[in-house]
Amino acid sequence: MSALSQRPDDAAVGLTVPHESAALHVTGAALYTDDLVGRFRDVLHAHPVQAPHAHARISRLDPTPALHVPGVVRILTAADVPGLNDSGVLGDQPLFPAEVMHHGQAVCWVLGETLEAARRGAEAIAASGVDYDPLPSVITVREAMAAGSFQGADRHVQRGDVETALHDAAQVFTGETEFAGQEHFYLETHASLAVVDESGQVFVQSSTQHPSETQGIVAHVLGVPDHAVTVQCLRMGGGFGGKEMQPHGFAAVAALGATLTGRPVRVRLTRAQDVTMTGKRHGFHAAWRVGFDAEGHFTALEATLTSDGGWSLDLSEPVLVRALCHVDNAYFIPNVSVRGRIALTHKTSQTAFRGFGGPQGMLVIEDIIGRCAPQLGLEPHELRRRNFYTAGQTTPYGQEVRHPDRLVRAWDTIAESAELDTRRAEIATFNASHATAKRALAVTPVKFGISFNFTPLNQAGALVHVYKDGSVLINHGGTEMGQGLHTKMIQVAATALGVPLHRVRLAPTRTDKVPNTSATAASSGADLNGGAVKDACEQIRARLDAVDDGAGLAWEDLVAKAYLARVQLWAAGFYRTEGLGWDAATMHGHPFKYFAYGVAAAEVEVDGFTGAYRTRRVDIVHDVGDSLSPVVDVGQIEGAFVQGAGWLTLEDLRWDEGDGPDRGRVTTQAASTYKLPSLSEMPEVFNVTLLPDAHEDGAVYGSKAVGEPPLMLAFSVREALRQAAAAFGPPGVSIDLASPATPEAVYWAIELARSAVPATPVPYAAGPAPRDGSPAAGDVEPVSAPPWQVQT
Amino acid sequence: MAAVDEAGSPGATTHAAARSPAATVNGAAVSLRGVGPQTSALDWLRAQGLTAAKEGCAEGECGACAILVVRPVLDGVDGRPADQTRADRTAPPPSQWTAVNACLVPAASLVGQEVVTCEGLGSPDALHPVQRELALGGGSQCGYCTPGFVCSMAAEYYRPGSDGFDLEALSGNLCRCTGYRPIRDAALALGSPGADDVLAGRCQRPAPRRSSQRVDGPGGTYHRAAVLVEALELLAAKPGAMVVAGGTDWGVEVNLRGARREVLIGIDAVPELRTLDVGVDTVKVGAGLTLSEIEGALGDRVPLLAQLMPQFASRLIRNSATLGGNLATASPIGDAAPVLLALDATIVLASLHGERVVPLAEFFTGYRESVLRAGELIRSVLIPLPLAGVAGFHKITKRRFDDISSVAIATAITLSDGMVTRARIGLGGVAPTPVRALATEAALEGRPWDRDTVEAAAAVLRGEGSPLDDHRATAAYRTAMLGTSLLRLHADHPTDRQRPTVEMSP
Repeated sequence: MSALSQRPDDAAVGLTVPHESAALHVTGAALYTDDLVGRFRDVLHAHPVQAPHAHARISRLDPTPALHVPGVVRILTAADVPGLNDSGVLGDQPLFPAEVMHHGQAVCWVLGETLEAARRGAEAIAASGVDYDPLPSVITVREAMAAGSFQGADRHVQRGDVETALHDAAQVFTGETEFAGQEHFYLETHASLAVVDESGQVFVQSSTQHPSETQGIVAHVLGVPDHAVTVQCLRMGGGFGGKEMQPHGFAAVAALGATLTGRPVRVRLTRAQDVTMTGKRHGFHAAWRVGFDAEGHFTALEATLTSDGGWSLDLSEPVLVRALCHVDNAYFIPNVSVRGRIALTHKTSQTAFRGFGGPQGMLVIEDIIGRCAPQLGLEPHELRRRNFYTAGQTTPYGQEVRHPDRLVRAWDTIAESAELDTRRAEIATFNASHATAKRALAVTPVKFGISFNFTPLNQAGALVHVYKDGSVLINHGGTEMGQGLHTKMIQVAATALGVPLHRVRLAPTRTDKVPNTSATAASSGADLNGGAVKDACEQIRARLDAVDDGAGLAWEDLVAKAYLARVQLWAAGFYRTEGLGWDAATMHGHPFKYFAYGVAAAEVEVDGFTGAYRTRRVDIVHDVGDSLSPVVDVGQIEGAFVQGAGWLTLEDLRWDEGDGPDRGRVTTQAASTYKLPSLSEMPEVFNVTLLPDAHEDGAVYGSKAVGEPPLMLAFSVREALRQAAAAFGPPGVSIDLASPATPEAVYWAIELARSAVPATPVPYAAGPAPRDGSPAAGDVEPVSAPPWQVQT
Repeated sequence: MAAVDEAGSPGATTHAAARSPAATVNGAAVSLRGVGPQTSALDWLRAQGLTAAKEGCAEGECGACAILVVRPVLDGVDGRPADQTRADRTAPPPSQWTAVNACLVPAASLVGQEVVTCEGLGSPDALHPVQRELALGGGSQCGYCTPGFVCSMAAEYYRPGSDGFDLEALSGNLCRCTGYRPIRDAALALGSPGADDVLAGRCQRPAPRRSSQRVDGPGGTYHRAAVLVEALELLAAKPGAMVVAGGTDWGVEVNLRGARREVLIGIDAVPELRTLDVGVDTVKVGAGLTLSEIEGALGDRVPLLAQLMPQFASRLIRNSATLGGNLATASPIGDAAPVLLALDATIVLASLHGERVVPLAEFFTGYRESVLRAGELIRSVLIPLPLAGVAGFHKITKRRFDDISSVAIATAITLSDGMVTRARIGLGGVAPTPVRALATEAALEGRPWDRDTVEAAAAVLRGEGSPLDDHRATAAYRTAMLGTSLLRLHADHPTDRQRPTVEMSP
């Protein structure tokens, strides 16, 4: 057992404690960025002028009409930028654009004494201060593919010889899979509040997952060194990846306004502004060919994944890399050739969203399994189980899969605890006796790689103070967005110092306390910052132990004695994840410290009249290592699952794809049109268990990351819906289910099943089916014979 | 619990000038002087430093801004039918805490009202029972939605006559983090208020009287009418005024569409609009009753309305929205219209010139247009009795609850000896206005209620209206749903098992 993972007796990690801010949350005392506005005098409010075109050149921009509006103080345009006019790090995201790249893009910002004044000023500019020359636009990923509209680097993961393997396969299937993105819909929209202090330094409070990058971008927009800008994040009202890259521009607008006017400037987006201006989860298109041997094992996968990147690169490249590294999910595929590319479309710049490409990659393989299983004559759960990684096998990008036995253990645990065999029999009975409603049960696994793919990001810092009275103040580079990171860090500090939890206080994340931090992302917050906090605490503990010299002094006495002995009672901690290696060019190496595993079983009931459905029961066994904080971890699993189910079944992000004047506009830009899961979407029975005996050697106190992996457990719901729709038709029929699987999508899947001609499944014992060469991709055949039909 | 009677809540201004318009917030008087008609209660509270209530959507969908107000409990409007109030039951308290979306309430309309926000329920050192259950049970993650959940839960905790936590109380609150399980468990773990609970005790006194009031501010004036004639006079005098009952439409217009009205006329307290009469041949529903009040008072006695209510927005919205408001907006997808069309309802319109009665089927004239004239208000909705024996309301949505319908189909079939003697079908979402499915009704009437008739009529129903493709559904799906609706109704009611509910007592 490593020193990092070893857990002392009486550890504060592993205790069941509520969120460190719970009492503040429930009383409304917890403050978010925009709650601070009333604490400053003379605050100016910012409002954007949003372009009404998907793609256009700005031929004239005149702020004068706004200046005639009472209460308008200043208009911010590109001419005001003293530094670099860019809200990103790749040089392709102008803060004030000359060319509109998506409907709703901000072309300039109005500052007013009140938000109402700023809004009216923006209206005045929109009405008579700005002219556009519309340009042709690309909206859908299919349009981009047809037009050759791509951006960034293509990527390719390859192992073995796909062509030979497909040639030799017992059965080969081909098909396409297309699925939508997802709006983050953190309840707190983007917010920033900037002030200039007495020394001219800019202090920006921002709802950001990545304070260091926000700091860097504010600095380059202002044309000042990083040390002249401090960014603080008290907490976020949800982030989910949507505040990793997206807050920077809003923080820069606030900071620019504050430096130009000398007054505090507040930027807070309305929901519609947030939806129409900020990036979302990438939708993808995938075209694939897959081969199976006579026993139903994968022999080869060839695929091309095209992500819908929106107007700029943003985080699209790393998202694509993670998608390519998760196409395998939990399955060993000996021969693989998966290419990835990024479409440039005139939409918001799609970005990080919990899972960061992992869900998109996995959706492809789970969709393939769900569609192929009926034609292989195998139950989907049997096909999945048969293809699990076994010890010693490696992923297509060359990383050994450690602990595949944990996946098997989780799978077997669920089968027993959720009584899957019994319930499958009950479901069969129910379906036989109900013509207008069908039930189904699906089980899906998750294997998710933990660490930033880009190795340098796997570092973190912390600052720990022990004061003379024995109280402890910790600060680290991670941000709190509800995921319970701060709770875990307090537990880590208490454990490492050997003090009770109540002795430790955590101060908000600030760039002047811990510099050069990575985003709180990739589920790595606790791994990285936990390592850093532990390091700082252990430095202090070692000095104190030397003072104690075996005397066993009480904490307060020991601290007092150490102070008098002139011993340093604070320390900066640092952590970097060891043992990583990744060649981005060849897409080969071992980018992940470890894999997180989980299994979910979901049962649904579908109404044959409408396609409406209920999730009757969900059972989950998930691997979080030795949990740092069980309430937090269970909460992450439940929340991620429901959010994933939202993406896959309910949340229906739409853009105007027509040729009318609103082309490119988000048509679902409000809570009334973009529906999140509500209480009624929660599984009626919801059992979540942490996998026992799951110590992770080499991670802080034996724990594992938890933020993202459970989101992908929601594939169980989508696959159950597919199976329930199939139950309306004859057996052996492959069912294509659109994503998201809204009631309408499920209804059309039911209609597909109902109209299907009964197929004769190929009995597997019969051996390889005859072949006459490789199948052609992209076949379009009638509904009764879908394009992924067995090629013989 | 933090004493709600204490002055000096965070940031609250406590000067209660004698004649200055004011509301009581967490026990302290807070001035409404200078509050304009476009200022929401949410923005006003946050400007007072009471930042627990959050803006998540500004249209009443997320509930992050929920607050509590004291509302009167009407006779028979406490969750049990008026005619079943038994002598052995203690009378309900005269008032109750009602959760509403602060983003949809004109701040000025709070004049004279009592409000409690999340801050007023408890503090970190003295948690309210609702707050304690949520905090200890892992019910908050990012915490942004939490104060709204706390207020919705507290309203249910204090609901008069509660016999256990009704989870529908949380139907208007969204959480993006938890997946809801710990919130549900916290709600179900709640007990009942103690005997010394200050907020429960408050309900033993009547709600504040909603008197005639006027609040002036930048951008215009809010008038609250105390009686119908006052409302009508104001309306006649201010033709451009917006009538506000629950505010659920006002809030969306102001917050999302930038509407700015100089004059608001508040009719939420007009007694003539807040009556409910169950007669021998008519159920008469006041247009100013909230949907929650109607739901509580009518119970199951009009089955179509009972089916409608749980699917009608959320509890938070139903606590404010009124039947009159839903009809007056004349939306093609308002959920009340299809049901009331199937019920053959008529509506009573009132103006200073008197009243007129209009069949609902003749009320809607175009997209968001109706026969409502300047100076007219919807006074009440009349539902004729007896009710049809076979009835169903089918709302087609993406989300099971609290979603806007892509299609809504309400059907009421009267059977006699197995024959359809009368059919009424109201449709939403298939035309610029809510419409009756007249051809389908004709295809059903005079025929036996059997599979053949239903399949033939379903084919006709598929052709009614002119459904469109939009972000909610394709036209093809809408058409398909029209067709399956009758099949579904017949599957649920293959025979006339449900006897017509004619024996309703006044």
